[in-house]
Amino acid sequence: MFMLNTILKNLFTGYATRLYPFKKREPFPDVKGELKLDVEKCTFCTVCQIKCPSQCIQVDRKERQWKVDPFACVYCGICEDVCPANCLYHEGFYRPAVFDKTVDFYAGPPKLAAVPAAPVAPAAEGGG
Amino acid sequence: MARTTLPFGPQHPVLPEPIHFSLVLEDEIVVQAIPKLGYVHRGLEKMAEIRDHNQMIQIVERTCGICSTLHAMCYCQGIEALMGVQVPDRAKFLRTVWAEMHRIHSHLLWLGLFADAFGFESLFMQCWRIRERIMDLQEATSGNRVIVSVNQVGGVKRDIKPETQKWILDTLKLVEKEVLQLKSTLMDDYTVKKRTVGIGVLSKEKAFALGACGPMLRASGVAQDMRQLGYAAYPFLDFTPVVETDGDSYARTICRFNEIFQGIDLIRQAFAKLPEGELSVKVTGLPSGEVVSRVEQPRGECLYYLKATGKKFLDRLRIRTPTFSNVAPLLELLPGCELADVPVLILTIDPCISCTER
Amino acid sequence: MSNAARVLSDQNTSTVPVERVVSFSKIFRDTGFRFVTMSSSDLGDAIDLLYHFDKELDIRSMRVTVPKGSAISSITSVFSCAMLVENEIKEQFGVDFEGLPIDFNGTLYLDEDVQRTPFCKIGVVKNFPKAQEA
Repeated sequence: MFMLNTILKNLFTGYATRLYPFKKREPFPDVKGELKLDVEKCTFCTVCQIKCPSQCIQVDRKERQWKVDPFACVYCGICEDVCPANCLYHEGFYRPAVFDKTVDFYAGPPKLAAVPAAPVAPAAEGGG
Repeated sequence: MARTTLPFGPQHPVLPEPIHFSLVLEDEIVVQAIPKLGYVHRGLEKMAEIRDHNQMIQIVERTCGICSTLHAMCYCQGIEALMGVQVPDRAKFLRTVWAEMHRIHSHLLWLGLFADAFGFESLFMQCWRIRERIMDLQEATSGNRVIVSVNQVGGVKRDIKPETQKWILDTLKLVEKEVLQLKSTLMDDYTVKKRTVGIGVLSKEKAFALGACGPMLRASGVAQDMRQLGYAAYPFLDFTPVVETDGDSYARTICRFNEIFQGIDLIRQAFAKLPEGELSVKVTGLPSGEVVSRVEQPRGECLYYLKATGKKFLDRLRIRTPTFSNVAPLLELLPGCELADVPVLILTIDPCISCTER
Repeated sequence: MSNAARVLSDQNTSTVPVERVVSFSKIFRDTGFRFVTMSSSDLGDAIDLLYHFDKELDIRSMRVTVPKGSAISSITSVFSCAMLVENEIKEQFGVDFEGLPIDFNGTLYLDEDVQRTPFCKIGVVKNFPKAQEA
């Protein structure tokens, strides 16, 4: 009796839930979705590996490789906060469900060896 | 009459989390109840020996999904007391806002499960639909829906801007309106009253002697609320504990229902008085000493005992959650009730078994 | 931040010998304190037990040091709600409590085939008989 208003409203208005996966809503800004790395900016300093509470990041400094286990990650955002190069970020969308677990792997560009600056070409003699 | 022993749980349609009771019945009246725990034991206290005190915040948050930020807040308060850190005022107010959001969504969740326990599924669905609005608020302000990781030693990690504050206040107005529509269904319905009034009466002296805490204690007439201790921003906000005197399941339902409105009011007060300032202070060094830290979780009083000796890892982390101490009054309430009232009684203590067993 | 996080010091902690545990708990009960919980930690060759009591938001602790492998009497005669906590400490630290009404004998959280108490650095080997119910 007391819920009559709610019941009638529910009968005559549309769906209460969104028809996912046909309609998805925009994620809120700063939502902690998938963890991605901008490998060009990464300096392989391993701070993210040291601070991670679930120890899901593995950084190989010599080989310049960065691995994360996205199924062990707890999406706390600590690695994003402590990264000194600001190259870690969370995407807005959550990872969809999969059948097999995978590991995300990023290989950094090889480190450029220090090259002495090329001598400036002498001014063309003779002109002309 | 011959006695039969009936196993109740750990998998049962009314139980949200696994707990097992061996009920000794004599002709549908429960004579004795023997609990058995251990289905969700994860050994979180022992992880304090292999993770340093900053990483432990994430682990401690995952003790319980419903009151997660309050666990982190209690832990951070303890570490801050050991290291002598003063948290800035803006961070205290923001911590209070998230804590009250957790309280509102926990009570709405409980209200739905309680209605489901005596068979009222449509009330269950309506309560959880309202709760989705609070989950959206948590996702927009902190990035995660359930495990809200915003606490750190020294303050909070994220800010709430004025446009977001206005949106939160508008959403809370909608939540308040929708919860008020449920009020007469919950409090005046004949069937709801028949299943809850007079069931599981806990007198004031017994509740105190058995160590009950939270709404179980307050619904029996003892006005004790850990928020009166004055942590976070509560000294600046004014509130009085919600107290009922009857001590039965109906009184506990009313107590938790009124706390939803109290939570909404506290968030409004916190936003009105929110000071400017920093979000956190930088903390270096390692803690040493012993501290006992308490907060008021939605289910009651939560106590943390931290022992540190200046090394990288804590020596001992002890968590005592409210459901752990509410199980003792439950074992006192069960004998003498009918078999059909057992789900109502188990849910009236607001069981959070993952907190109990960590 | 007043006294939500109370650092343990001599003003709010008293050290009590093992034999006087029950009589001190009776004093706490008669002056209106409520039993909150017990904490414990490993001190190497002894276990440090802390009993926490609360009255009107003021928390006090009682410290008892129990050598490993020895027994201490349970306070369930004074506070019946201490039963669950004492079972847990018995299981995880190996402290023997005498006079427990329901004794889980080490199966409260852990399985029967766990042999060493988990928390002690130098473990106490359990040799509990099979769990019995009162």
